[in-house]
Amino acid sequence: MSTPENTPENEPQEGFVDPGLADHRPRRADVEPKANKRAERQVAALFGLSVVGTVIALWAYFTKDAGDGGDVATIQSVNMWIGLGIALAMAGIGFGAIHWAKTLMRDHEMVEERHELRSSDEAREGAIQNLKDGAEDSGIGSTGTKRRSVLKGSLITAVAIAPLAVLVPQIGNMGGDWNISKFRHTLWGPGVRLARDPDGELIKASDVTMGSVFHVIPEGLNDLDHHHKMVEKAKAVVLLVRLDPADMKPVAGREDWSFDGIIAYSKICTHVGCPVALYEQQTHHLLCPCHQSTFDVADGAKVVFGPAKRPLPQLPIAVDDEGYIVAQNDFDEPIGASYWDRLKGDGSSADVEEGSH
Amino acid sequence: MHALAKKRHHKAAPLLLVVVLLALITAIGAFSATSATATSEASADDIADGERLFAANCASCHGLDAEGQDGVAPSLVGVGAAAVDFQVGTGRMPMQASGPQAPAKPVQFTQEEINQLAGWVASLGAGPAIPTAEQVDPALGDAANGMEVFRTNCAMCHGSIGGGGALTQGKFAPSLLETTPTHLYEAMLTGPQSMPVFNDANVTPEHKRDVIAYIDAQRAGSPGGLSLGAIGPVSEGLWAWLLLLGLIIASTVWVGARSS
Repeated sequence: MSTPENTPENEPQEGFVDPGLADHRPRRADVEPKANKRAERQVAALFGLSVVGTVIALWAYFTKDAGDGGDVATIQSVNMWIGLGIALAMAGIGFGAIHWAKTLMRDHEMVEERHELRSSDEAREGAIQNLKDGAEDSGIGSTGTKRRSVLKGSLITAVAIAPLAVLVPQIGNMGGDWNISKFRHTLWGPGVRLARDPDGELIKASDVTMGSVFHVIPEGLNDLDHHHKMVEKAKAVVLLVRLDPADMKPVAGREDWSFDGIIAYSKICTHVGCPVALYEQQTHHLLCPCHQSTFDVADGAKVVFGPAKRPLPQLPIAVDDEGYIVAQNDFDEPIGASYWDRLKGDGSSADVEEGSH
Repeated sequence: MHALAKKRHHKAAPLLLVVVLLALITAIGAFSATSATATSEASADDIADGERLFAANCASCHGLDAEGQDGVAPSLVGVGAAAVDFQVGTGRMPMQASGPQAPAKPVQFTQEEINQLAGWVASLGAGPAIPTAEQVDPALGDAANGMEVFRTNCAMCHGSIGGGGALTQGKFAPSLLETTPTHLYEAMLTGPQSMPVFNDANVTPEHKRDVIAYIDAQRAGSPGGLSLGAIGPVSEGLWAWLLLLGLIIASTVWVGARSS
């Protein structure tokens, strides 16, 4: 490699040239007594700042009552002052110490060479010889004079079955329930009434005025015990809206699934299952908060933006004799995100339909 | 290559970085919705005054008979006094410029004039009335139940404590922390702009008051310190990744730099 002095400025070259060590440049604090004094004062000031920070933190703790009588605003200000005080106390010590070392402590350059990554040839040969000697000595290697086949076999057995101690409990804890068909079914069924989330009040068709949005659970969900309630709620939640029937685009085969502009869709996103609930009344767009998938409620909940691949499943609804909104049936396809078995069996009908849009 | 190597050690760079970051954070903090005060007096209004005010200030878009114009402004027949009190009382109307959504801005009318306008619009067709002081009194509501109702119906757009959030294509759900109880009630009842309607069969008047009590309980602030607008990971991430990480990088550069 050529030295920098020999290289004309305009000649193209590979990479950076090692500029070597710069000449030693004395710091100002080394040559000017005034600068030295100033640096000393700066360091002392930083340590003093740390003392001030400690005092602030203690002052905040002792003078501001954050106990039982403290309201949210007091707790906020106590937390803030204690935090600022501790930050100042720590930063003062740290910055002071570094400033001290940089400006006042000894200043001379040292060169510490990197060692070669590759070991020497002797060390490499020695390591290989050690391995060979070990194999010979244990009798595992085929060239050995004493064959230890019993030890060899028992070692292999022990190593092979040791992972079972970890794997068996893990697989066992997944539970004995491998019935994935339950993902296809929710609490909805013929005649199940729609109820308000969270209090379970039933919903009449006359309650759902134009532009309304209702967050809906199936009737009777709140009677389940807590665990089953949560499991079933996660699958069954529905969003109910009323649109102007003139704005709605009919979906083939679903002409009688809505009632006078009242339409219900699963609230579980078909992307990864977040609750899709941001409803823009004027655009009829339904937005998922997790990844911004957007569904057009007026057009079969078709995906208009974002990573979701399928429309939201529609809950077929009707109105019973007493005026309450009821489900005609369960969803005709699995709700929520795609999963390994979704395309097989009866769940595939919706995917075919999506292709025909 | 030499020029590049020299530029890598500009002394002012860390300082400049911190200054730029501080400016960014400040600019973001400046976006806070303003809201006006309003009292809900019973409108012993002069409907004729309301009609004159409407003709002078609203009719250019909504039409002299308030029936709206296609693609310009909606019909106001049947929207009720509550919608007028909300839209005009928060300064959203009269709209200053067309855009994705009409933002709150300084109120253009006195409460008396708003009541006159509301009285005239209410006379065009039946609609929700302005709620009474008792209906919106946070002290009478149950904040715990309000949280449950808010979490189910409101939090997805307005955020878990009502700090607001983004919607699509420039639209947004505004912060509720500065909104008056009356305007909160009216917004639920009438569903302004992108917001859906939460009629009394969906969120009962008692539940609406509970929601107001819950929002009122959030106004005292967050015990955890800076809430950064309570709009979630966007402002928090910006703070952590740009400002805090910037400070750490600046400190590291200072630690490694040779003293002059």
